[in-house]
Amino acid sequence: MSMLARIQVPAQARRGDIIPIRIAIQHPMETGYRPDNFGRRITKNVINTLTCRYNGVEVFRAEMGSGVSANPQLQFYVRADSSGEFVFDWVDDSGERGSERAALAVSG
Amino acid sequence: MIPANAAANALRWPSAVDCGVRKLLVSFCGLLLAVNAVAAEPPRPQPKSGLSYAGADVRALQADDFGNPGMLWVARGEKLWNIPTGRSGKSCASCHREAPASMKGVAARYPRIDAGDKTLLNIEGRINQCRERHQEAGALAYESEELLALTAYAAHQSRHLPVQAEINEANRAHFERGRETYYRRQGQMNLACTHCHERNAGRKLLADTISEGHGNAYPVYRLEWQSAGSLHRRLRACYFGVRAEQPAAGSAELVDLELYLASRARGLPVETPGVRR
Repeated sequence: MSMLARIQVPAQARRGDIIPIRIAIQHPMETGYRPDNFGRRITKNVINTLTCRYNGVEVFRAEMGSGVSANPQLQFYVRADSSGEFVFDWVDDSGERGSERAALAVSG
Repeated sequence: MIPANAAANALRWPSAVDCGVRKLLVSFCGLLLAVNAVAAEPPRPQPKSGLSYAGADVRALQADDFGNPGMLWVARGEKLWNIPTGRSGKSCASCHREAPASMKGVAARYPRIDAGDKTLLNIEGRINQCRERHQEAGALAYESEELLALTAYAAHQSRHLPVQAEINEANRAHFERGRETYYRRQGQMNLACTHCHERNAGRKLLADTISEGHGNAYPVYRLEWQSAGSLHRRLRACYFGVRAEQPAAGSAELVDLELYLASRARGLPVETPGVRR
């Protein structure tokens, strides 16, 4: 199964509202510093880049490294100015990609 | 402790039992009383969930249904619930339909004796039995992501309901073995479960507060593991801590112990997925 994520975007908002956007991704965020049971170093594998586009415009970008916990959760704020879609894309060091989207209805 | 309703169950037998059975019953009740006397434990106040020993940050993380990382396993379990698996082409939902209805309260009653082959099964064991018997899919490895996710999803449906493990004639032998394990000194440290989790619950072990050792929040997301994990993983960590030989996850010894722990935790709400340090 591909990388699993949960996102939280309010279903609706009034124009001009500041809304919280949250995303949690299931990922081991392997640091590259840990040895396995045989003493061999486990290859670093973290989600290195995550972006969020709101109606095609990038509103958030995170570049992560070894210091971020497993199953990272990110939160940021966006001003709601038009109805549309939030699209999250991310990629880890092994090249695996994930994507998730949610719609927002803006009134007023 | 043996619940009073065990004796009451015995008395509710049909009145037309013949004399021999009656005698047997009487001697059996005597045996029950004797067991009760041997097993006299100091009366325990209301059980306290491990959550009440956790810090405010951990409690807040568990209470936040989005922030709780264990919910990722629940979400994965929900997906797996609906995916057809094995040669039968059936998904969990093919028989059990909607889990929020069909699984509600189930985890609170586990481990249970299987009506078919009379073995004691925990949720993981039941899922694997279903996979083998009905889905023809083969058992999942204990602690695999899939089994953890399905267990978390099934147990999550009982959240907030009280643990109500019932001890009866069918599972009493398992219960006794579980209790024996709980009070048996073992390992190089020569410690039994009781020495930390009953006699010293609430006190410090290095930087950690010792909990009463209830399993009502499992599978939990443990910050130390950076992952969700099963009760058996946690129990094996305890065996490791007292430097004893670890039974395999899913082994009879650990399932029996799980039954005893469930009887100790009676009344505590199921918290799955809990968050622990």
